[in-house]
Amino acid sequence: MSETSRHRGLLIKLLMGAVAMFAFAIFVLPPLYDLFCEFTGIGGKTGGAYTVSEVTIDTSRKVEVQFVATNNATMPWDFYPTEYKVFVHPGESREITFFARNKTSSDMVAQAIPNVLPNNAADYFLKTECFCFNNQPLGAGEQAELAVVFVIDPDLPVSVNTVTLSYTLFDITDRMPMQVSQIQ
Amino acid sequence: MAHGPSQNFFSRWLFSTNHKDIGTLYLWFSFAMFLLGGFFAMVIRAELFQPGMQLIKPEFFVQMTTMHGLVMVFGAIMPAFVGLANWMIPMMIGAPDMALPRMNNLSFWILPFAFTMLTATLFMEGGGPNFGWTFYAPLSTTYAPDTVNYFIFGVHMMGASSIMGSINIIATVMNMRAPGMTYMKMPLFVWTWVITAFLLVAVMPVLAGAVTMMLMDINFGTSFFDAAGGGDPVLFQHVFWFFGHPEVYIIILPAFGVVSQIIPTFSRKPLFGYSSMVYATASIAFLSFIVWAHHMFTVGMPIAGELYFMYATMLIAVPTGVKVFNWITTMYKGALTFETPMLFSIAFVILFTFGGFTGMMLSIAAADTQYHDTYFVVAHFHYVMVAGAVFSGTAAVYYWLPKWCGRMYDETMGKVQFWIAFIAFNITFMPQHFLGLAGMPRRYSDYGLQFADWNMVSSIGAFLYGGAQLLFLYNVIRTIGWGKPIDDPQVWEGAVGLEWTVPTPAPFHTFSTPPVVK
Repeated sequence: MSETSRHRGLLIKLLMGAVAMFAFAIFVLPPLYDLFCEFTGIGGKTGGAYTVSEVTIDTSRKVEVQFVATNNATMPWDFYPTEYKVFVHPGESREITFFARNKTSSDMVAQAIPNVLPNNAADYFLKTECFCFNNQPLGAGEQAELAVVFVIDPDLPVSVNTVTLSYTLFDITDRMPMQVSQIQ
Repeated sequence: MAHGPSQNFFSRWLFSTNHKDIGTLYLWFSFAMFLLGGFFAMVIRAELFQPGMQLIKPEFFVQMTTMHGLVMVFGAIMPAFVGLANWMIPMMIGAPDMALPRMNNLSFWILPFAFTMLTATLFMEGGGPNFGWTFYAPLSTTYAPDTVNYFIFGVHMMGASSIMGSINIIATVMNMRAPGMTYMKMPLFVWTWVITAFLLVAVMPVLAGAVTMMLMDINFGTSFFDAAGGGDPVLFQHVFWFFGHPEVYIIILPAFGVVSQIIPTFSRKPLFGYSSMVYATASIAFLSFIVWAHHMFTVGMPIAGELYFMYATMLIAVPTGVKVFNWITTMYKGALTFETPMLFSIAFVILFTFGGFTGMMLSIAAADTQYHDTYFVVAHFHYVMVAGAVFSGTAAVYYWLPKWCGRMYDETMGKVQFWIAFIAFNITFMPQHFLGLAGMPRRYSDYGLQFADWNMVSSIGAFLYGGAQLLFLYNVIRTIGWGKPIDDPQVWEGAVGLEWTVPTPAPFHTFSTPPVVK
């Protein structure tokens, strides 16, 4: 093999390696990270909508569920849970509400991002309905009661007696020009 | 017969495909960036001379810390070692030039444009990048100034340049070694560079990926790092440090190589433990990929993760210790002389080891919670970056400059520069350990009164250290222009290697017919 073609072969292989690493960073690392967080429960991400199958209510246990509502950075809404804590039996379905009011004089769209602590409880906190599954458009001055229906899986580790569900509210109006015009 | 360089100044330097000319371009460019980044550091230290705000606004201060880091890492240190690689690798392995000379030209000439674009942001509305050289999202996405797109494009260009430079080095070393030059006969500088080049090809694209995801989050509505859209800012830190940790070895491995050339020369003994040096370098490179999250102990991680990253990080001390002991053993019972390159190399071994020990302290996950983002970290990485990479780069210039230009530098001036640099460096950064342990956070333009004394000491040291660099510049220019001519190919009595068999000064073309290595 001539020297030029040996250089070219190496050049092509190394360039392909570089492109593969670029693709790895963009297309593999983020899903891998999500998968890892989901698998280990760290990051406190909760799953999507859960359909209740036959569950037995474990009346011998009571779990305290606390609710936290936070506005992210510049989010100007009023946002708080109507009850700050409830006691539930594992397996029992419970509805709670969060109050939200758009205090501003412009239409806005918000997105709530849930998080569950402790980490090892995240997989056992099942939501059959949640306002966080969709974004929340509110016109200027409007208010709403946002509902969450949840069930604690009876398999919740016995060491966990208190579960905290927190929502952080983000302003996504800029990303959703269509949504705002639909309100009007 | 091969002809010499173009007589026209512009066509010689703009269109050059000669490894020596391109090496020279890289070295001068990196020195210019070193002075620019140093100027930013002087601004930082001048503001921190006293508590309170004296000279600049806090918004500009954070632009200075960010630009100082970016310019020094990507503009000064990395191109300096690429320049040394261009000059020395073909001469060390008996090759006539680099494997891909035109790509070599391209990979250099991208850099001035990348850094012009990056630096130009300082004069634009909104100012330069102000999110730290680690540019954590969402600081660098949601809250970034509009000029962040220039920064992103600049990083893309630097990355492209580094990848091309690395491919060139790998192709040169793998395909163009002189007959008889087996891998285990290559000088250690070549070995460390080829391993570094593989690291660069592996991780510069990851950095490009990180900034591309930022670009898309900022301009195209994706949410890689935005929790509002289901992304996660912590992901940014993982992607960044997956690049960032190998990056610190990219900076230091060629420095190890330089020191492994210089210490045997002035000890008049062959390098102790050559093959263990090669394996240690490869081990460090491998470990660099699996320890990244030790930069992120405080962002939240399961205890098992903290323990894993802590122990894996501590493991790096083993191959690094092998190297340090090998350098010391090389000097043991050697016929030592202390010319300027040797002084810088010995200082490298001492101060780099010191920086390594503070790194061990930082790797302890429980203790890191206190040290994280304090001046202790700043002191730690300046001991490995400045006393490591910069000292060894300076040593390399003094060591090979007589070969490059056929003139001897002024030994007295070199030694004066060394002692000023060595003392001033320690005056600058030793107190920063104390400041950090006392709780002074990094990247702030002001500080509590209890930190005032050591900050003033540190600033005085920094100004002195900056002055020593001007002396270095003067010494180099004086040598090239008016230094005492020498024509001994050997230059240094104890020097061994192919680069010392060619005439001094090194002719424009060397090894047009390959030498035979026994």
